[in-house]
Amino acid sequence: MKIVVTVKQVPDPNSPQRLDADNTIARDGDVVLDPGDACGVEIGLRLKEAHGGEVVLVSMGPERAREAIRKALSMGADRAVLVTDPALEGADVNTTARALAAAIGSESPDLVVCATESYDGSTGMVPPMLAEVLGLPQLTFANHVEVNGSTVSVHRQTEDGYQVVEAPMPALVAVTAGIAEPRYASLRGIMAARNKEVRTVGVADLGLEVPAPAETVEGVEDAPSRQQGEIVEDDGASGVERIMALLQAAKVI
Amino acid sequence: MSIAAPAAGRLDPFDLLEIDALLSEEERLVRDTVRGFVRNRVLPGIEEWFERGVFPRELVAEIAQLGLLGMHLKGYGCAGASAVSYGLACQELEAGDSGFRSFVSVQGSLSMFPIWKFGSEDQKREWLPPMARGELIGCFGLTEPDFGSDPGGMRTSARRRGTDWVLNGNKLWITNGSIADLAIVWARAEDGIRGFIVPTGSHGFTARDVHRKISLRASVTSELVLEDVVVPASALLPGAQGLKAPLSCLNEARYGIVWGAMGAARACYEAALEYARTRVQFGRPIAAFQLTQRKLVEMVVEIEKGMLLALHLGRLKDQERLRPEQVSVGKLNNVRAALEIAREARSILGANGITLEYPVIRHMNNLESVYTYEGTNEVHTLAIGEAITGISAFR
Repeated sequence: MKIVVTVKQVPDPNSPQRLDADNTIARDGDVVLDPGDACGVEIGLRLKEAHGGEVVLVSMGPERAREAIRKALSMGADRAVLVTDPALEGADVNTTARALAAAIGSESPDLVVCATESYDGSTGMVPPMLAEVLGLPQLTFANHVEVNGSTVSVHRQTEDGYQVVEAPMPALVAVTAGIAEPRYASLRGIMAARNKEVRTVGVADLGLEVPAPAETVEGVEDAPSRQQGEIVEDDGASGVERIMALLQAAKVI
Repeated sequence: MSIAAPAAGRLDPFDLLEIDALLSEEERLVRDTVRGFVRNRVLPGIEEWFERGVFPRELVAEIAQLGLLGMHLKGYGCAGASAVSYGLACQELEAGDSGFRSFVSVQGSLSMFPIWKFGSEDQKREWLPPMARGELIGCFGLTEPDFGSDPGGMRTSARRRGTDWVLNGNKLWITNGSIADLAIVWARAEDGIRGFIVPTGSHGFTARDVHRKISLRASVTSELVLEDVVVPASALLPGAQGLKAPLSCLNEARYGIVWGAMGAARACYEAALEYARTRVQFGRPIAAFQLTQRKLVEMVVEIEKGMLLALHLGRLKDQERLRPEQVSVGKLNNVRAALEIAREARSILGANGITLEYPVIRHMNNLESVYTYEGTNEVHTLAIGEAITGISAFR
């Protein structure tokens, strides 16, 4: 079974997040493998361990993204494709999905595993768009994945439980961050990653045309700071009712 | 008031000199992997383990899974990492707690290394793979109650009886002693100091823990008692003859300490910097006071220097050029600096600094042991003194 896992290098969630002057995310600080993607890699590796085959990483980003790829290779993935091109800088979700789809399509995988959303952009739009462009069934919000023969089935997390959803492969699965604890790269894995292939491809290799962004961020403002709440003084009669009313208005009870 | 920041933005207070750039991608990955393990598995429990005085043996399997046991040795199930990678792993482990670095040092450098270096092919095949997997734990018996810096005076004896060896004596301050499955025991034989692989289940072998420690509480420290312990000829390490064999093992372990001490120092500096930025007195964060800034600066300057020193020694080691006297320079400087940093950090944290809620006093107390073990500050001073004057002050 050939499994493609999409991975992305993101600004370290432990350091303060900044925007560049054009309102795109600043990527010159500390960067890490997206923690959600690490869960995707873990699922890919578990499926490979159970069913055999190969885990191929596909990423889009600058040359520097090799570091995040190296980490995922150290966890045990077999090889990687990095889509990198100056023309893709500041790409919106549409362009991102098309570029990734072009790279993934040429791999003809049985299964594509994505995180539900990236840690930095958090649009959550790339996996469904990717599935559309690739023409694959998409199983989203998966917190459990199983492959049986030529079908993949997932537990699709809902607010009060989960639905069991299945699809014939090839298919795309978007997993939640809670699906599995990503393994640590072992030293042996880190040293083995030294010799694993990371192939870089540009837009010309993929036969891609990069349109102008369909959407740009025009302005960013901080969320309004919290106003002081209402203080309810209990006079022994109406306090409880007032608090109940407030809680109901806030729709928490 | 302030010096204009360079265009690239503020300098990283934890990598002031951009030492990161001197590491390869692989070395950074090793460091970050061990750092992640320490953050997720060591730090959440360390206060409790330290307070209760226990080493969490259940973590050994995970440490082994990471490949940290005997990681700098080649073959026999060991990872075969570079000396710099091994150093970085020690640094990150000791940023968690010196007890964890001690565990890994004793297993890898003091128990596996002598088998790897001085053992027969059969001994290597029998012992090293399960030790790398963490299934067997080793300890290193050199120091005795009356012979610390002067191990050449040891009283533990090895006498031949037929083809067997009979061992008698006491060893003290033995890390991992009571949890070990095997002990590397150094003893005086007719032809000088020899090393033996002694299963701790041998008849006549007992290990008793040293209690009431105020340092390295999350680490096992024991006394080994050998009363007519009989081991076969195959337990003798054939390649180890004379005191230089165990001393070469200590040299390996000390190399890890050169790095490890800077990990503990960094943890103290991080805690002190964070505290100084947020603790307000007289209406301003105490980091605004010149006296505090001076303390923080002294810390970071010493840490950066110590890390450069460690890295330099590591590069020498990877070129197989590192000499014991050079390791002494690193151990002497970095542990001394780390201890001073821990004490200064404690003063910044004020009363909070004496609790286990913060890592500082734990590191400070641990470093008192690190200052003394694997060659005291004094002995390293005299080793360097001998190297530069050509005159030994103690032999």
